[in-house]
Amino acid sequence: MSPLRRFLRTPEAIAGAIILVALFAMGLTAPLFFPGDPHAIAGPALLPPFQDWSLPLGTDRLGRDVLAALLHGARTSLAVGLAAAAAALAVGAVIGTLAGFAGGLVDEVLMRITDAFQTVPSFLLALAFVSVVGPSLGVVVTAIALGAWTGPARVARAEVLSIRERDFVAGARVIGMHPLEIALREVLPNALPPLLALSSVIVAAAILTEAALSFLGLGDPNRVTWGGMIAEGRAVLRTAPFLSIIPGVALVLTVLGVYLAGEGVVETAAVRRSLS
Amino acid sequence: MTRALLLLRRRLVGSVFVLLIVVVGTFLLLEAAPGDAVDAYIASTGGDAGMIELLRHRWGLDQSALTRLATYLWALLHLDLGQSVTFSRPIRDVILERLPNTLLLMGSATALSFGLGSALGIYAGARPGSFRDRLLSIGSLALYAVPGFWLGLVLIIVFAVDLRWFPIGGIESIASGKTGLDRAADIARHLILPVSALGFIYLALYLRMMRAGMSEVWRQDFVLAAFAKGLSRRRIVLAHVARNALLPLVTMLGLQSAQMLGGSVVIESVFSVPGLGRLAQEAVAARDTPLLLGIILVSAVLVIVINLLVDIAYAFLDPRVGASEAGA
Repeated sequence: MSPLRRFLRTPEAIAGAIILVALFAMGLTAPLFFPGDPHAIAGPALLPPFQDWSLPLGTDRLGRDVLAALLHGARTSLAVGLAAAAAALAVGAVIGTLAGFAGGLVDEVLMRITDAFQTVPSFLLALAFVSVVGPSLGVVVTAIALGAWTGPARVARAEVLSIRERDFVAGARVIGMHPLEIALREVLPNALPPLLALSSVIVAAAILTEAALSFLGLGDPNRVTWGGMIAEGRAVLRTAPFLSIIPGVALVLTVLGVYLAGEGVVETAAVRRSLS
Repeated sequence: MTRALLLLRRRLVGSVFVLLIVVVGTFLLLEAAPGDAVDAYIASTGGDAGMIELLRHRWGLDQSALTRLATYLWALLHLDLGQSVTFSRPIRDVILERLPNTLLLMGSATALSFGLGSALGIYAGARPGSFRDRLLSIGSLALYAVPGFWLGLVLIIVFAVDLRWFPIGGIESIASGKTGLDRAADIARHLILPVSALGFIYLALYLRMMRAGMSEVWRQDFVLAAFAKGLSRRRIVLAHVARNALLPLVTMLGLQSAQMLGGSVVIESVFSVPGLGRLAQEAVAARDTPLLLGIILVSAVLVIVINLLVDIAYAFLDPRVGASEAGA
């Protein structure tokens, strides 16, 4: 069986894959279907959903198209989620590998720094970082990654501790490779599989953190975000609850899709390992 | 008892280093912030260049970065977090005033998520692979995907706006004059929705951990032995399988405390609970960076203390923990 077919064997993985494909399609086609500014006024204010087929999901307080905002918001959520998770995994992998491979004082110092980052609630850290540096897409990505790299670092370190005693590492030492080169080129790639198993959880957490930040008004002000949409809808919670509910449902589906697909990947990998 | 004390001593030494790193980190963030306390003060009160010079000198802001770090550390040693510009009061007092509300919210939410989560986990893990097991694990995954602040808003729409069962926000009825038990009941009524919003998100985590732990224990020989002895299934599930899967959940309780604190920032904003999280948001809105960093420091201390308590509880629950140190 090909890995793809094995992946698509469980209903959970299929559901996850469908959600994610739909989401990427939404994000990628947003500029095609709604080429204009999603912040532009499109019709009467507070039009409920399913009333006017040119504005299927209705309009918000200022008469902006909710569907257009939803699609553009998908772009932001996915971009921030993937970028922050990639940054966190990369930083965590490098720091964890260095700590585990070097051992001694380097290990001690790096792990105490990891402890410190885990002691501060990651959402508070992100909040402080964005509020000090100022909200923009890059800053939000950095802020989320700041609180998310510690998990991967610990996992990478644990892997490296077992890998560094293997024969091929000794071999690399014998042929005179620089320790840093051994750590990053020989050991790190072998420590990656458990990190990748962690990645879906990190992407999901990053998407949720971005949403919470923009809900509190700390998202990139030039972009549509689902968290920002929910916050705007809050002002008319009694009269037009759909404005908060629609982007929230999109968020839940997105994060659920990431989790389900992630579980599918882990199970596929586990089956392959038990087969070989 | 010596075991727990030895463990405590080693953890305390480690915690001091960790806290020092956090302090230096917050100081660096404070330095990176555009403008300093004097700019913020002048912006709110007004004043001329001479006044700015005087204040900078008086508050020691014209010194070098290292001197200022030393001053900052020295002040922290005296539990002095500085002055909040927005509240015109010492930051420590503002934080201490808000802390009980957050502790109440966090404590109740933790009890809810741990209690209900592990109970449902036992229910799911009692029959691995059954329909209810699958249903609960999908359900918990879906719950885990829900942003806390959005769940809070949905609860408000349903239970506060439509059904009018609970108040929409706040910690107690304003100027109600209630005292004693009446007041406690009033606060409880206000806290039901925020505690549910915060607790239900993390419930999924305990449910899944319990279930996963139990599926490991089911394979152990002693479970087979218990069946062979003719014990009832109910007794095996509760006294043998669930009991052995419970310990990792206690560790998680400590690890989750930081997440819980972060989560309460948004939940407190949604329900306008005057706690630490809401204070953090107010500090951001008012650009009061020293206050924000004070909150971060206090949160870090809180997380360290909770983890110490969990470690001690763990040493009592599991006689293997710290045994090697006590023997040495």
